[in-house]
Amino acid sequence: MWKWLHPYAKPQRSYELASTLLPWFAVSSIIMLVIGLVWGLVFAPVDYQQGESYRIIFIHVPAATLAMSTYMAMATAAFVGMVWQLKLADAAAAAIAPVGAVLTAVALITGSAWGKPMWGTWWIWDARLTTELILLFIYIGIIALHNSFEDKVLAGRAAGILTLVGVINIPIIKYSVEWWNTLHQGATISKFDKPSMPSEMLIPLLINMLGFALMIGALTLIRFRNEVIDRNSMRPWVKKLVEQENQ
Amino acid sequence: MHFESLSDFFAMGGYAFYVWLSYGAAFVLLMALTIVSVRGRKNLFNQIRSKQAREQKLKAYRTGNKSNEPET
Repeated sequence: MWKWLHPYAKPQRSYELASTLLPWFAVSSIIMLVIGLVWGLVFAPVDYQQGESYRIIFIHVPAATLAMSTYMAMATAAFVGMVWQLKLADAAAAAIAPVGAVLTAVALITGSAWGKPMWGTWWIWDARLTTELILLFIYIGIIALHNSFEDKVLAGRAAGILTLVGVINIPIIKYSVEWWNTLHQGATISKFDKPSMPSEMLIPLLINMLGFALMIGALTLIRFRNEVIDRNSMRPWVKKLVEQENQ
Repeated sequence: MHFESLSDFFAMGGYAFYVWLSYGAAFVLLMALTIVSVRGRKNLFNQIRSKQAREQKLKAYRTGNKSNEPET
């Protein structure tokens, strides 16, 4: 039943699949982000409490939420890489890490710029903000480990251990606003409750979420292709690829 | 359309600095990541190309040396 999946364990097939998917992800993410951002910035109504400053939500929430999802995706890849010694899974984990780090940085900066006018401070050492900063440090540590070893198998294993240990931080970030007192507001969108947001704000936010997710996919595909080429630079198919690009 | 005028839009109800700082920083960071990722491919290809050239040179040198060696 799973036989169709098997050829994708070959680097060349994975590379070709990534190349096929990349334009779709790139184009659809740009379309979604343009629609979502214009809608959120220009057409969505003003918030009755926070005024126009709430418009930061349209990048802050997608970046922060997806920084956690991205981490879980990377952890899954790292787990597969460690248990089944699949080199491509390590390549995927290495490709995702910088994307997640940038998303976390975006979440922290936009959160700061939102906190200053609303809370009166750029930063506060509460649970949500501190754990989010730790997430950034974990991401940076993983990137550093991936680049610290000439031997990519060793690098994947070392970074994989840190990745799996770092998973503990994700539920703490998610529930920090419920477990501890904080200035940070609770979740706007939840699986179990009705969203605490009118649909004129919710729809552009969801479009932006989708746009960010597709953008993460596109960036991961670009980086995954690079990782595969780097790990297979001696293979004939890569040499052929390099020759073709030369012409 | 929520805003009355273009200047109204840029003013963001007095929160211009914070809103545009957020959007600007997000754009710059994500753009930088995209550029670095796309350039990474070019850099890799150049590395592989120069490595190949080096190997070929070495190979040519070795075979050239062999033919020059006096037969004993």
